[in-house]
Amino acid sequence: MPADKLIFDPVSPVSQEDEAPHPVARKKVRFWIDGREVVAEEGISVLEAAHRVGIEIPSLCYLKNINEIGACRVCLVEIEGARNLQAACVYPVSAGLKVRTSTPRVLRARRTVVELLLSDHHRECTNCIRNLNCELQHLADTLGIRNIRFTGETSNYPIFNKNPFIVRDYNKCIKCRRCEAICSKVQEVHVYSAQNRGFDTVIAPAFMKDLAEVACITCGQCVIACPTASLVEKECIDEVWQALADPDKYVVVQTAPSIQVTLGEVFGLPVGTVVTGKLVASLRRLGFDRVFATDFTADLTIMEEAHELLERLDGRGGPLPLLSSCSPGWIKFCEHFYPEFIPNLSTCKSPHEMFGAITKTYFAQKEGLDPKKIVVVAVMPCTAKKFEASRPEMGSGDWKDVDFVLTTRELARMIRQAGLNFRQLPDEEYDTPLGIASGAGTIFGATGGVVEAAVRTAYAITHGREMGVIDFEEFRGISGVKEAWVELKGRRIKVAIAHGTGNARKVLDRMKAGEQFDYVEIMACPGGCVGGGGQPIFGSRDHKEISLDYRHNRADALYRIDYSRRIRLSHENPAVQKIYAEFLGAPLSETANKLLHTHYTPRGPLPGYAVNPVQ
Amino acid sequence: MLDKYSRLDKVIKVHGRQPGQLIRILHQAQEIFGYLSPEVQAYLAAKLNIPLAEIAGVVSFYSLFNSEPRGKYTISVCLGTACYVKGSQEIFQALKNELDLDDDDTTPDGLFTLRSTRCMGACGLAPVVAINDDIYGQVKAGDVAGILSRYQAKELADDHEYQRPAEHPATAPPPH
Ligand code: SF4
Ligand code: SF4
Ligand code: SF4
Ligand code: FES
Repeated sequence: MPADKLIFDPVSPVSQEDEAPHPVARKKVRFWIDGREVVAEEGISVLEAAHRVGIEIPSLCYLKNINEIGACRVCLVEIEGARNLQAACVYPVSAGLKVRTSTPRVLRARRTVVELLLSDHHRECTNCIRNLNCELQHLADTLGIRNIRFTGETSNYPIFNKNPFIVRDYNKCIKCRRCEAICSKVQEVHVYSAQNRGFDTVIAPAFMKDLAEVACITCGQCVIACPTASLVEKECIDEVWQALADPDKYVVVQTAPSIQVTLGEVFGLPVGTVVTGKLVASLRRLGFDRVFATDFTADLTIMEEAHELLERLDGRGGPLPLLSSCSPGWIKFCEHFYPEFIPNLSTCKSPHEMFGAITKTYFAQKEGLDPKKIVVVAVMPCTAKKFEASRPEMGSGDWKDVDFVLTTRELARMIRQAGLNFRQLPDEEYDTPLGIASGAGTIFGATGGVVEAAVRTAYAITHGREMGVIDFEEFRGISGVKEAWVELKGRRIKVAIAHGTGNARKVLDRMKAGEQFDYVEIMACPGGCVGGGGQPIFGSRDHKEISLDYRHNRADALYRIDYSRRIRLSHENPAVQKIYAEFLGAPLSETANKLLHTHYTPRGPLPGYAVNPVQ
Repeated sequence: MLDKYSRLDKVIKVHGRQPGQLIRILHQAQEIFGYLSPEVQAYLAAKLNIPLAEIAGVVSFYSLFNSEPRGKYTISVCLGTACYVKGSQEIFQALKNELDLDDDDTTPDGLFTLRSTRCMGACGLAPVVAINDDIYGQVKAGDVAGILSRYQAKELADDHEYQRPAEHPATAPPPH
């Protein structure tokens, strides 16, 4: 590519994760764990040091770098010279320290702690959504709990399930505060805090309100942080089985780009394994009439959004910067906390909603189907899309664009319920035409993917000739905020990318302070969709962290798919070209506007209260 | 009289918006409004830029804060160890029956709020019941009706009718 055409210089990347969690400079110290000599940086926790040498100290409330509060006392160890047992997750190592991690005293104490937790826990593992994937259950197993010596008052709260995305069962809460930590420190939404006192303490929204009634962005990060079934997605598996069994219904399924790189984890495949073919095969066997890819409408989103960007750069159609709109958690965040930027949001619906609208119009016409008989099921990495699908503006008067949203985890459960041996399934291809996608549509599933896909296309449109595919390595990776200059339409435009709404705040506050950007991509979940709140719950049990590494591995797999595709530009997708020729006309046409675009609702930070936000 | 929310604004101004002042501000807000309704807590959340969940957490943690309207007379029954062994639980039960209330509830006429407390530091008088600032020692369950009737009589004697605090004070604060 000619160097004068594409200026690309990343601007001082800021990354939350690059910052050391402990600001002190570390010198190495020598100490002993279970008689073994260990050398590590002074001040790291005993738990972390033990983990590095292959000793797993059990833990529950600990979430590396996110929740290090020593609350649950499951990680107790003996420290020579200290009278009481100490919590390994918050006890810093120092020179000469002698730690014993599994003496009879330690084991007894840990057992007592877990028995106490279990004594006020609705123990119903057999009919629990987290059965076999629960940290508390796992702990009870590793510690060999055989009876629970304590009986006493037990909690009895109603189940909170008024909203369409997350169900809360306080009777299974162990008060570890991991949900609060991730919501406040990573997402900076601050929904949860400890309420009440003593036995009545709950980790809950203000006044124990349902998540539907507070400024929750529905991202589901608290769900993947929760060690038990106290926070889970609202399942709609049974409704989908019902639709599949109904001979009157034509059931179409679409899978988000990231599902093909995460579903395998549930079936024991390494993180980052691409399982596209088996995913398609399993959906066919579950009985879906057509198996399509949301990657297709991601390409459509790019067509619309790239044209929106070019229009706005021309001074038409709305203010700059253009803010991406494919992440419904981010949309709700903007509506609650930054309503002044609603005019900046792209009006594009998120790809799965576009998919629903296209299926019930274009596809229905083509196939001669009654749109009211079509059921659209979306397999998504996300709880926010469950909320989005319930928004009244997402549909025509006669139907909802998307009828049911299943998380990756729910699909895995359906595959298990159907008795499919996932790993032995053959590799199959998506159906046409709505299963045809470019590599650009696929990288939507990772942070930076939307900007990269849109810039690829905008660049090709403005230069009027094929440039080949430009790989924007600088848009990739796990830095919290990424920035770059790109030359487009004869001017340098400033692009920023943020993932996780805590990082989004950094960019938005700079915008508020007057800094100019032209195009900003925001995804609500850390890492983008690969780190979504509906993805397989992975990591904390064995790794004690919601690690960005595994999100990174998942994202790498998406880029591998992109490289392997023959078509890597959204506007070159033949199915996209066809739908514009046959049905939509041009990007931003009247039909496109009606079906593919939407509007937003300012909600304010304190819904339900008549208070003025702080000036 | 200065509107209640304007008075609250003054409190906020005086105590700045520094961290660590929340308890003090909540305390004064309770003095102004009588209790800390969810609306008042939300107002403070917005003004102080503190998450509402955190404010509600503090209010629900300390027993000195009330998030519901209180009666004119708060009856506190000590359930601390010394009073408990002398039978304060029965007194508490008798009051519950007499007033038809649960712990931390207020009578519909707004006269009495009943609540259990921990040690009030008057163990010598156990079992102890306090009604606002009046302390009653060595109370027996049978005394309960008699004690209550004094306050009820006082109300009748008072010329003006006692007005129950409004359930929701000015839900919408002044536009400013
Ligand atoms: S949350 Fe875990 S321990 Fe509790 S019932 Fe469910 S599986 Fe069992
Ligand atoms: S869904 Fe997201 S915003 Fe809502 S409570 Fe959970 S972490 Fe917080
Ligand atoms: S809801 Fe889950 S994450 Fe939150 S405190 Fe309870 S057990 Fe912990
Ligand atoms: S106290 Fe260490 S894991 Fe909870």
